[in-house]
Amino acid sequence: MNANILLIVFLPLLAAIIAGLGNRALGNVAAKVVTTGALFVSCALSWPIFLQALGGGMEPTVVPVLHWVTSGDMRFDWALRVDTLTAVMLVVITSVSALVHLYSWGYMDEDPDQPRFFAYLSLFTFAMLMLVTADNLVQMFFGWEGVGLASYLLIGFWFRKPSANAAAIKAFVVNRVGDLGFMLGIFGTFLVFGTVSIPEILAAAPGMAGSTIGFLGYRVDTMDVLCILLFIGAMGKSAQLGLHTWLPDAMEGPTPVSALIHAATMVTAGVFMVCRLSPMFETAPVALAFVTFIGAATCLFAATIGTTQWDIKRVIAYSTCSQLGYMFFAAGVGAYGAAMFHLFTHAFFKALLFLGAGSVIHAMHHEQDMRFYGALRKHIPLTFAAMLMGTLAITGVGIYWLHAGFAGFHSKDAILEAAFGRGNEMGQFAFWMGAFAALLTSFYSWRLMFLTFWGKPRWAGSEHIQHAAHADHTAHAGHADGDNPPAQENAGSDVHHSAPHPAAHEGTAGYHPHESPLSMLIPLGVLSLGAIFAGWLFSHAFLDSAAFWNGSIFYNEGLIHAMHGVPLWVKLTATVVMLLGLFGAWLAYIRNPSLPGQFVDQFRLVHRFVFNKWYFDELYDFLFVRPACWLGRMFWKLGDEGIIDRFGPNGVAALVAQGSGAARRFQSGYLYSYALVMLLGLLAALTWVMM
Amino acid sequence: MNLTASLSLIAPELVLSASSLILLLMAAWMGDRHTQTISWLAALALAAATILAVPALSGGASGLSSEAFGGQFRADAYAAFAKILIYIAAIASILVAPAFFERLRAMRAEYPVLIVLATIGMSIMVSANDLMTLYIGLELNSLASYVLAAFLRNETRSAEAGLKYFVLGALASGILLFGMSLLYGFTGTTNFAGIESALGGGAQTGALFGLIFVLAGLAFKISAVPFHMWTPDVYEGAPTPVTLFFASAPKVAAVTLTARVALEAFGGQVEAWRQIVVFAALASIVVGALGAIGQTNLKRLLAYSSINNVGFLLIGLAAASLAGVAAMLAYLVVYVAMTLGSFVALLLLQDRTGEPLETLGDIAGLSSRSPGVAWSLLVLMFSLAGIPPLMGFWAKFVVFRAAVEADLLLLAVIGIAASVIGAFYYIKVVKVMFFDEPADREVAAAGGVNWAILIAAVLFISPLGYLLTGWLGTLANTAASALFIAA
Repeated sequence: MNANILLIVFLPLLAAIIAGLGNRALGNVAAKVVTTGALFVSCALSWPIFLQALGGGMEPTVVPVLHWVTSGDMRFDWALRVDTLTAVMLVVITSVSALVHLYSWGYMDEDPDQPRFFAYLSLFTFAMLMLVTADNLVQMFFGWEGVGLASYLLIGFWFRKPSANAAAIKAFVVNRVGDLGFMLGIFGTFLVFGTVSIPEILAAAPGMAGSTIGFLGYRVDTMDVLCILLFIGAMGKSAQLGLHTWLPDAMEGPTPVSALIHAATMVTAGVFMVCRLSPMFETAPVALAFVTFIGAATCLFAATIGTTQWDIKRVIAYSTCSQLGYMFFAAGVGAYGAAMFHLFTHAFFKALLFLGAGSVIHAMHHEQDMRFYGALRKHIPLTFAAMLMGTLAITGVGIYWLHAGFAGFHSKDAILEAAFGRGNEMGQFAFWMGAFAALLTSFYSWRLMFLTFWGKPRWAGSEHIQHAAHADHTAHAGHADGDNPPAQENAGSDVHHSAPHPAAHEGTAGYHPHESPLSMLIPLGVLSLGAIFAGWLFSHAFLDSAAFWNGSIFYNEGLIHAMHGVPLWVKLTATVVMLLGLFGAWLAYIRNPSLPGQFVDQFRLVHRFVFNKWYFDELYDFLFVRPACWLGRMFWKLGDEGIIDRFGPNGVAALVAQGSGAARRFQSGYLYSYALVMLLGLLAALTWVMM
Repeated sequence: MNLTASLSLIAPELVLSASSLILLLMAAWMGDRHTQTISWLAALALAAATILAVPALSGGASGLSSEAFGGQFRADAYAAFAKILIYIAAIASILVAPAFFERLRAMRAEYPVLIVLATIGMSIMVSANDLMTLYIGLELNSLASYVLAAFLRNETRSAEAGLKYFVLGALASGILLFGMSLLYGFTGTTNFAGIESALGGGAQTGALFGLIFVLAGLAFKISAVPFHMWTPDVYEGAPTPVTLFFASAPKVAAVTLTARVALEAFGGQVEAWRQIVVFAALASIVVGALGAIGQTNLKRLLAYSSINNVGFLLIGLAAASLAGVAAMLAYLVVYVAMTLGSFVALLLLQDRTGEPLETLGDIAGLSSRSPGVAWSLLVLMFSLAGIPPLMGFWAKFVVFRAAVEADLLLLAVIGIAASVIGAFYYIKVVKVMFFDEPADREVAAAGGVNWAILIAAVLFISPLGYLLTGWLGTLANTAASALFIAA
């Protein structure tokens, strides 16, 4: 296994280096083969490890790679740690990444920069694997920053598009805020425990429970403050309420990137971190309550926004945000197994939804606005089938008495039961928020489906479609290059247009959507299997088996019992709200399409508030961005140009020029002036000596 | 101290004096047709003098045994070090001259004789142990120099240079003499050691005035600010081989002489003159750098560059320590090499008609027209700017290190900062040669001995020169310690 884990982690790095440095010289096909091949090998090597863990009783192994730092008391190495928790992440990352690599063959086919794209994807995968195999916090931070970098590069992949650049910078900057918390958390942990080794910290954590530490001038509980700081890092990476603003904008990146990084893997790094450090979090009740609250609030908040967006990728992005909230409050109430389980199933069905959306976008000639979709069911049936599986999974369709359902049924229900079963106020709060969010989840997911696949074609209103229909298809080979940015929600920012478009834009405009190539359909098929079976197959291991986890996360036996002991209505809640949401969506988008318009007219203010994402961007713009710009401009104009440049380089240069002029003027060529200077110099020297 | 011993101590000067008289007679009888012969003989005499000066270099004769003629003259390691440098520069000045003057049909047999005479004067200057010896040496050198500056007497620029040099030199000479008379009046002696013991720890105002006047007179000779005004005009106006001579040998003589006077005669008054030297050093660095920036004539530019370099030399003197003087001597060696190299490179540049190329515009794009000279100048300019792999850096480094060790931190910091300004015009020369559009004028590099000197100078200041730093450092230390043993 030692050699295997090294291969799993470093093959993607090797592939990234080959494809990245080889770039154009290597050519598209070679770069794609190298990276995709490496990922499939990684994936094939990962599954046996996971299956071994599934068998139960997997002992944690640590594979040392290199000595890293020895500085006084602080010493740590590069080492790959493999236990059940890592094994779960390994299969999630390598499977989704391998499929996304394959999918990108088709999706990025027209892009001129394919080697770069695949190199970034593989680099990301390597960093993510480093993160999840980390044996110490510093190595985890390395992976943490590595995925941040890859995310930045991939969001801004179409760097000619200003909005993509802006989104990339936003993602990076917002993540820096979280990273500051993470770093402070790591520093504090080292201060308190004298080590950054994760096993040592976890072993020592219970002994530190209840101790206090001075922080910002107050005496506070040590473990609470450390865990909250670490959790702030998780909030940034996992786009939780307050630090979530970058995730929807990150949809500017190519859709495979959204599927891999901004749905299945990177954004779940925060959840992984909390689970990895779960014994530490268990000693910090305030921090756990904080995690629960943020998770539950995000869960509902993001779901409300998801119900109003028009951009298909943004709906899924808010959905991701919301699902991450589920995972966090599961961890917050102590159900780390449920959190990891939802992470696991979510990776499959959310990647599926994103890749399905990508397939739709591909079919609709890069149109992303759902107002210009409709009736695609018959045109792209395979994509439709895959999206349907994803939707059934995310909404949690299943039958309680049979213990059978789609992936989300098993994981989401478990989370709600755990929140209820926790039995404290925060658990109750999370349960109700989660239940309401589940209703909204069902509503916006089916809304997406109905707008996209049912109804009449409304394609004529789309500029993209018009372009495609009126011009030769091949003449637009450059459109994936970002020359032609997809219409964003700007078109929909006018509330009056929030209803499906008027009849004037209905019709096909003579356009024929085309089903995606095989390289895109295969990943959809595989992920569909995951969305259908992942919950049913693995629910026992993840939720009820202490032997499966074998100490890699904090396993709360009491909570598991409480989960199973919740009243029947609690167990049925998720299914009921799912049906309500489905019914609502059917009513509003199939039965009576004018209903949303009426609703919006009725609750104009509420809709505007939600549609504009609770005005978070505007608030941050006012609170942080503008003051920062103002401050920056002040330092630039006043500080740098006005003081440093003026008196520094420019000033000195001007002084030198003046001095040079003066020196030349003095050199008049007249003997008497030369003699005068000599005598004055002599006089000055004499005066000096006299003093 | 008997006469024979004294005569053996002044062997180099004796050889030169005898040669100069013989050569003068030869020149008078044989006429200008035999200039070539006379030049070679003069060079030979200088070479012989160099060899005769070598034994003293190791510091064999020191203290009383190095004094000749009842303490009037000192032939110690310090003097020997300076003499060898001076002789080498003088030889170079003689060798490069014929090619330059023959084009103008102005080569005369007096030229090598005048150089030898000036050299004898300098030789006496660096060995002076008495105000009278000092003055005789200085005047002998000066009078020969005035004539040399005006050597192309039909050219107004050359004549003007000679006249300016003469008038201002006379003024400086007067200042120097006045100071000497004050010193004699207040101490009753003209011997350096005698002056020092007479002044003791403190000094009366009159003696201090004397000190200032003497230093001012000497500062003129080394063209330290504010006694530098003559330098650009004279350097530009004088024929280039003469400028080469002025910029190298007399600088060595005057700087070493000033250091000897300051440390031997006024060794007890360091605090009185140090501030003045510090000021002169900084003013020279800054004015030299600022003045050079606006120049388009390369000779004038190099004149300011020499003023700038004098400032760095004075930093070594301001340290007033063994390390400082040793650093100053090391700097002198590198300075002479760079100066010889730069001027010889200039001499190599002429167009088809033999007209010398002297302006920045003339050397535009030189790298494509005469790559050998261009690359040599590149090395020389970078070295003058003090850029690390070259010897110019080492020279500046040892000087600044001495200043820092003597707690003259501020001086070192300002000096280093000001050397940045200097880097500007050196690098500008390189930029003009390598990046500007080539000028129209053809370049026909003259050949022969000039190339040999240029290559030797460039090799010395190239990183290869660092092989010599250990040896040079030891020699400079021995020489400098001669000054401090006596004091």
